[in-house]
Amino acid sequence: MQLALFWIFSLLMLLFAAGVVLLRNPVSSAMSLVMSFVALAAVFVTLDAYFIAVVQVLVYAGAVMVLFLFIIMLLDLREEKTRRVRLSAWVGGGLVIGGFVSALVQVISSLPGSGNTKPVVSNPEANDVALVGFTLFKDFNFPFQIIGVLLLVATVGVVLLSRKELK
Amino acid sequence: MPTLAHYLIVSGLLFSIGLAGVLLRRNILIIFMGLELMLNAANLSLVAFSRFNLLPDGMPNYNGQVLVFFIITVAAAEVAVGLAIIVALFRAKQTTHVEDLNTLKF
Repeated sequence: MQLALFWIFSLLMLLFAAGVVLLRNPVSSAMSLVMSFVALAAVFVTLDAYFIAVVQVLVYAGAVMVLFLFIIMLLDLREEKTRRVRLSAWVGGGLVIGGFVSALVQVISSLPGSGNTKPVVSNPEANDVALVGFTLFKDFNFPFQIIGVLLLVATVGVVLLSRKELK
Repeated sequence: MPTLAHYLIVSGLLFSIGLAGVLLRRNILIIFMGLELMLNAANLSLVAFSRFNLLPDGMPNYNGQVLVFFIITVAAAEVAVGLAIIVALFRAKQTTHVEDLNTLKF
């Protein structure tokens, strides 16, 4: 049952991800990316990572993709005109990706413990929202504050970048 | 039951689809979406490793999930800054096609 759900959502995710790359219209690409993120959230649920799944839907499928669609509408992008494709670029890109996938398969097949099935969470107190929050504020307090500063810097940078005339 | 290798292979395939988007597409917004896919592939393998390596007390290792939380935050900041740069670029050049953007200064 769990294997079936895993395959359904992974294949959906990969299918929609392929749609992002293959579709010509930027709006269809963006909608395809939303579906891919939602399917990825479902895959996170099969890993018992409920908090990450909810954050994935809220932040990625919600905020980030609304921003993407907003920019696509703002720039008024239409379907791309088909241009002359450079064969060398496609062959080079295909070679890089093929090499990456084959190297990856080799590494994963030789990884110790890659055939392990999911161990059962034996601790009855395993509540991932509470524990992720606890880890975040206790062990990762300093990185958490650095992230806060990073968000502030990003906000200021965006305001600066979107001024009418860039100096 | 799915094994760790299943998750790692799916994550690797998602990463290569994102890489294909970055390498093969010429629309700068689609390239950006490819970057998002690659970040998500990293998130998936982190969560998989966190779930498959239980601590001695029988809990998943939540450090991986905290790292995923950080990656999502950084990705959100990156999207905001990147899209602002794309809008500024579009104002200057009226194009999102990377082959039309071949000068450093304009």
